[in-house]
Amino acid sequence: MSRAGRRLAVCAALLAALPWVPGLDGGFARSLLTQMGIAAIFAISYNLLLGQTGLLSFGHAVYFGLGGYAAIHLLRAVNAGLPLPLPLVPLAGLAAGLVAGIAIGAVATRRAGTIFALITLGVGELVHAASLMLPAFFGGEEGVTASRTRAPHLFGLDFGSQVQVYYVVAFWLVAAALAALAFMRTPVGRMCNAVRDNPERAEFIGYNPQRIRFIACSVAAALAGLAGGLHAINYEIVTSEAVGAARSGEVLLMVYIGGVHHFAGAILGAVAITWLQVSLSDYTSAWLLYLGLFFMAIILYAPGGLAGILARHAAIVRARAAGPVMLAYAFALPAALLMIAGSATLIEIAYRLSTRPEAGARMRLFWIPMNAATPWPWIGAALVALAGYLLLKRAAPRVRAAWDLASPAEAVRG
Amino acid sequence: MAEGALRLRGVHKSFGATAIIRGVSLDVAAGERHAIIGPNGAGKSTLFNLVSGRLAPTRGSILLDGAEIAGKRAYEVSRLGLARSFQVTNIFPRMSVFENIRASLFWPLGHRYDFWRDAARLADVNERAAHTLERIGLADRRDAMAGVLTYAEQRALEIGIAIAGGAGVILLDEPTAGMSRAETEKAVELIREVTRGRTLVMVEHDMGVVFGLADRVSVLVYGEIVATGTPANIRVNEAVQSAYLGSAAHA
Amino acid sequence: MLEIAAFSLLNGVVYGLMLFMLSSGLTLIFSLMGVLNFAHASFFMLGAYFSFQLGRWIGFWPALVLAPLACAVVGALVERFGLRRVHGQGHVAEILFTFGLSYVIGELVIMAWGRGPIENRVPAAIDFPLFTLMGTNYPFYKAMMMAISVGMFAFLWVAFRRTRVGLVIQAALTHPRMVGALGHDVPRLFVLVFAVGSGLAGLAGVIGGFALLTEPNMAVALGPIVFVVVVVGGLGSIPGAFIASMAIGIVQTFAVALDYSLADAFRAAGIAVAPGSALRELYAIKIAQAAPIIPYFLLVLMLIVRPRGIMGTRDQ
Repeated sequence: MSRAGRRLAVCAALLAALPWVPGLDGGFARSLLTQMGIAAIFAISYNLLLGQTGLLSFGHAVYFGLGGYAAIHLLRAVNAGLPLPLPLVPLAGLAAGLVAGIAIGAVATRRAGTIFALITLGVGELVHAASLMLPAFFGGEEGVTASRTRAPHLFGLDFGSQVQVYYVVAFWLVAAALAALAFMRTPVGRMCNAVRDNPERAEFIGYNPQRIRFIACSVAAALAGLAGGLHAINYEIVTSEAVGAARSGEVLLMVYIGGVHHFAGAILGAVAITWLQVSLSDYTSAWLLYLGLFFMAIILYAPGGLAGILARHAAIVRARAAGPVMLAYAFALPAALLMIAGSATLIEIAYRLSTRPEAGARMRLFWIPMNAATPWPWIGAALVALAGYLLLKRAAPRVRAAWDLASPAEAVRG
Repeated sequence: MAEGALRLRGVHKSFGATAIIRGVSLDVAAGERHAIIGPNGAGKSTLFNLVSGRLAPTRGSILLDGAEIAGKRAYEVSRLGLARSFQVTNIFPRMSVFENIRASLFWPLGHRYDFWRDAARLADVNERAAHTLERIGLADRRDAMAGVLTYAEQRALEIGIAIAGGAGVILLDEPTAGMSRAETEKAVELIREVTRGRTLVMVEHDMGVVFGLADRVSVLVYGEIVATGTPANIRVNEAVQSAYLGSAAHA
Repeated sequence: MLEIAAFSLLNGVVYGLMLFMLSSGLTLIFSLMGVLNFAHASFFMLGAYFSFQLGRWIGFWPALVLAPLACAVVGALVERFGLRRVHGQGHVAEILFTFGLSYVIGELVIMAWGRGPIENRVPAAIDFPLFTLMGTNYPFYKAMMMAISVGMFAFLWVAFRRTRVGLVIQAALTHPRMVGALGHDVPRLFVLVFAVGSGLAGLAGVIGGFALLTEPNMAVALGPIVFVVVVVGGLGSIPGAFIASMAIGIVQTFAVALDYSLADAFRAAGIAVAPGSALRELYAIKIAQAAPIIPYFLLVLMLIVRPRGIMGTRDQ
């Protein structure tokens, strides 16, 4: 078997085994895994657009949502007797996404860069607003529902249990990943990278950049629609938030935080952000603030995202040059933790007072009881944060120097 | 592929009220090596932009093998068999050196908007790309990301992208700019070899390169051609001398 | 009927002026720095909240002046310590930075003032009718809002044409590198322009906070419309932004007042719509309901018909 084939087999085996790993075999964990899988497909489609073709879109949820609606309507038809097995229903999402991508892409890709971003923003708002005005297709405020168990059984499976839905999602994830990777290897895929890097030069080697962008947009939209279709069968309901700005912003955050330059970054970001959304929101009502700050930190200090960070660290570990860097981290990390702990405390007590005043001012943070109505937690937290910041400022140059030593940076020119 | 005869007739280009090219007429025969020289600001790059489709002329006609290309988009001109390099390196920095060359081969070899075939399996494209890489001396940097190459390597890649597709007419915009003596000599050899049998139009400041490579030379001053001839004739041409010396006195 | 038209026109003008204040700040920042400031509407929101809080502490009139200034200061800090580091990474990174900033500002507002709307009342001193037309009052404070907007523009117009800094900015709008080469401190200029742009947004917010609801969702509700205005007007053109702002402001205000739908039009024309028609729902939508999407319709239409906008330059 070729190297690529081996990699594929390993990934597929891992995916298949995940829901049976102890700790991940509960209902909640399996549901989370399913969500991550759907998000991963959505993120892969967005990476195709942004990471590979350089197109920043603020309205990618349009394809996701329209795909979801198409799939849920198809599922309703299946409930009413259409003999289509459940795993094929997401294909309606794929088709709807493709059609929408062609229609919108034809107009939007006439321009690139900033104007393209604004067009996608406007179209996203348009579709979202329209979704609330046309209840027949979009179901109004309650959305559209269907049942995934009232469908023809496949090999005796009724797809009622979460683990069965997970496998449907995992199957399509592998298919989507393969399709995206294969697409990037074709001449058009290569030209997507070229158009991203230098659209002008791409013209001088015979290609109309707009055509390339249009194809990329259509393919990305189709995959996003597929993700939407899976979303529909997982939740058995689609509402207008599926085409909303929040969902468009979410996939952008996922792909950028995960690492926009690497294909694997999309998957990494999808997993990380989904996990954060689900688990962090249990602990704190400020999780969106933390996410936004984290996102900005990535832009400022690690534009390659989580995948980029991992890749750089893997490189110096392979070169056995990681020692000085780890030592520098030993100084910097405690300082960073102090700063984060202090700031988080300030944020948490502020949020408690302003958003949940009924819960009272007494709370417990980092195992320390405190009363947010008194000045002490504020002063203490501010001092801790300040101390952490000052220590970090002193430790940062050491980290930078260690990195320069471990891997002399090659400046990307041109 | 184009035979390579290029004809400019009365080409004008103005930006608003400012006239940059004021009526250029030029005949470049197929297979000829033609250099365009002139003081800074004469409009040499603008002329290239007009011919290659980056700009549209305000007036005039540009004929490639008898077909009008004035005002056509850059990709249309490229498809008709005219390729160019740039004065400021204009490569694909996040793609490998090999991929840079290969990308310029997709269209000429007919692969167009193919989105179902694996490019790594296209023998014609890959062989031509490898071959071009050899010719420009970058075979050992094949997998390096183009953005990290040295300046001279990037200039070589710049030329490579222009010539890989087999265009009949090649425009090189200051190909040896910023190169040392040794690098320049290598570049001239490379240019001579890869443009054998093709039409070459070259903007250059280095007179040594011009006299070593060019069959004919045109002198562009303030958007007009003041003289055309063999290098030897141009050298002794009075109008040319005053243009260069004159502008040197003003500078 | 006539009074609806008259009041809609007046309200539309006020709304349009507010949109113009927002879009001109955005255009200024974009033209000079190439950055599409996604957080621009967030500064609008900050202006409303600051004027509320400062009004509580030191009174309405000082707050009117200090709130936009506070926004300008925040803008200056954002550019100086944040955005400046991202300039070298290209426009996508800059847009994304401001995108993240919009999330952060939105959440900080919630952190400070809670999730619900706040009582941003016009003080009694100016809450009286300016005139009464056919039985309906037109409040004085709206006329005051209009006057403030016009006054601000006049001031800016003079500042641009008459002061040295204004001239430098005008030059830098089209030739930023040349201006830098001539010895002007371009980074300092960026801070100034970002501050002015944010201050304008803040002023719009002070005004808007009275006319609209002051709540954490303000930025998200108004942000996209401002982008529509700058694209329809032509990216980088302030006159274009003016035309687009007034057009969208007036059309949308009128639309909200119109309770008619296509179905009504068909009925009036005597065209019968089949009961089972799939588009029946579409026809039944009243103009007032469709008002929110009118700007976006205009956007798509403009992009199909004339992509560079009303007064945009061709290469944008």
